[in-house]
Amino acid sequence: MAESETGASGGGTGGKPPFMQRLLDNHFFLLFLGVVIPTVFYILWGVMELTQIPVANY
Amino acid sequence: MTAIAQFRTCPDTGFKVHSAAEKLIKANAVAAVVFLLVGGVFGLSVALTRWQEVHLLPADWFYLALTAHGLDVLLVWIIFFEMAILYFASAILLNSRLATPWIGWLQFWLMLIGALITNVAVLQGDSSVMFTSYVPMKASPLFYLGIILFAVGALLGCCVFFGTLIVAKDEKTYEGSVPLVTFGAITAAIIAVFTIASGAIILIPTLLWSVGYISHIDPLMYKTVWWAMGHSSQQINVSAHVAVWYLIAAVIFGAKPLSEKVSRTAYLMYILFLQLASAHHMLVEPGLSSEWKIFNTSYAMYLAVMGSMIHGLTVPGSIEAAQRKKGFNKGMFEWLRKAPWGNPAFSGMFLSLVFFGFIGGITGVVMGTEQLNLIMHNTLYVPGHFHGTVVAGTTLAFMAVTYIVVPLIWRREIIWPGLAKLQPYLFGFGVAGISLFMMGAGTLGVSRRHWDIAFSDATLSFDYPAAAYLMLTLNGISAILAAIGGALYILIVVGSILFGKKRDEAAAPAPAEPTAAAATSYGSAGTAAVPGTFMLALIFFVTFVLYYFVNWKYLAETWGVS
Repeated sequence: MAESETGASGGGTGGKPPFMQRLLDNHFFLLFLGVVIPTVFYILWGVMELTQIPVANY
Repeated sequence: MTAIAQFRTCPDTGFKVHSAAEKLIKANAVAAVVFLLVGGVFGLSVALTRWQEVHLLPADWFYLALTAHGLDVLLVWIIFFEMAILYFASAILLNSRLATPWIGWLQFWLMLIGALITNVAVLQGDSSVMFTSYVPMKASPLFYLGIILFAVGALLGCCVFFGTLIVAKDEKTYEGSVPLVTFGAITAAIIAVFTIASGAIILIPTLLWSVGYISHIDPLMYKTVWWAMGHSSQQINVSAHVAVWYLIAAVIFGAKPLSEKVSRTAYLMYILFLQLASAHHMLVEPGLSSEWKIFNTSYAMYLAVMGSMIHGLTVPGSIEAAQRKKGFNKGMFEWLRKAPWGNPAFSGMFLSLVFFGFIGGITGVVMGTEQLNLIMHNTLYVPGHFHGTVVAGTTLAFMAVTYIVVPLIWRREIIWPGLAKLQPYLFGFGVAGISLFMMGAGTLGVSRRHWDIAFSDATLSFDYPAAAYLMLTLNGISAILAAIGGALYILIVVGSILFGKKRDEAAAPAPAEPTAAAATSYGSAGTAAVPGTFMLALIFFVTFVLYYFVNWKYLAETWGVS
């Protein structure tokens, strides 16, 4: 499939742009993904593991 | 209120420049360069102290200088410059007015005041906790307060950037998708938002702890969350400097990416996975599971690395395609031989690309492997690696783009063109030396952040191999070379801004084909016939595989199996 000259909405073909193009043009959804994914997989998962460590008895 | 936007059109490049954006770009770029100078001086003093025969600073000054160096160059110089890039990539590349310039100025002043407060706290001598400021080491409350103010300012800058995207879309200043360089800046801004949020989560409680309102902060919890900020802040740099590579290729060669779709997908990999690489700082922590470590590094990080390798292929590929279109078709590398190596914007950008890939990139993957990490964790290998990414990669790319920004934004000619040609080579090869020799010392076991590897005052003596001393000597010599390159950069940039010949816009004839077109529009090169670039990629892969397995060999030698 030929790439349009201007991207998602500028192709002038009248059809709906491909899913990936719509995803990449939705900057605020990308912002959501870019914040949520590392928050879940790095911070929340990591913090949950740290809270499972038993407290030492002196 | 109807904003009456003031624009001018650059006669050389064809960029439409909004005056409010222009002023903010100037302010942030100047602040960046000033802190580069301060941080660079501290950096040179650190390297000269590590050089055992010179051993410049006493211990307390060494740790003070190391703290100031890390903050001023790793954070302040780079984030100020990135603010300038965000305003450029939004207002100028989208032909738009800047949204809420007054918030932009709030961003600038908060970041400046924050950076000054933190510097004062460090210079007072009671906050030599280094860039990572691991608890339970406690700095002055001003240290944390300054960083928080700086981060709030940076967050405001991101808000202005996203606001400008909305304004540009509403006012239809561009058609279809945003240009690729702007998309790279969007990636940087997204990572910045996560970075700043993580910083707030950990630094606000640490500030309260330093003033006595909180009694205890768990060191492991601190370290985990801090690295979500500390490492991600370097991922902002990666996204931003890749955007700068594309920008320079577009401005100098009129180059378009080999495929917009592929390059944007590579940026998407950054957005989804790059921040997770923060976990490679935690690979030897016993409190975190192997599942967490391996998912966040060996799985997720490799997807982000693939993004970098795609950019590493498509940037030179786009240059090759543009050069071949101009007739440089002889053999595999005529396009590269006849590239403008005397133009500091190009040479700086290309050296940045090569050093980032071959030095910073390969070693980053090696360090991100849980088993291999054991042989270099907390050694000088770590700063060696990130000098390859952040300095040879990001700083060199930012220096290169300055040679385009000064004539465009300040309307001044670059002074001392002969020295300007030399500057990227001096700085680039100097930093490559710093990076390689620190990694060499790290491979020999030299710990990072150590004032005296001879342990002269220690009760129990320890001897590193003589080669480690040689490595630190070569590191010191490389640092001098890089410092000369850095000083030249500052002199040339400041001199050009103050004394450079003024460019007369009215008298200049409009270029037949404005170079802005390649940077401000969507579109691919329309060819994948770039044999020279594929050969370079092959050389990269062979180097990568060899180095990776050499390190497994080192690891195997650590624990001999009889």
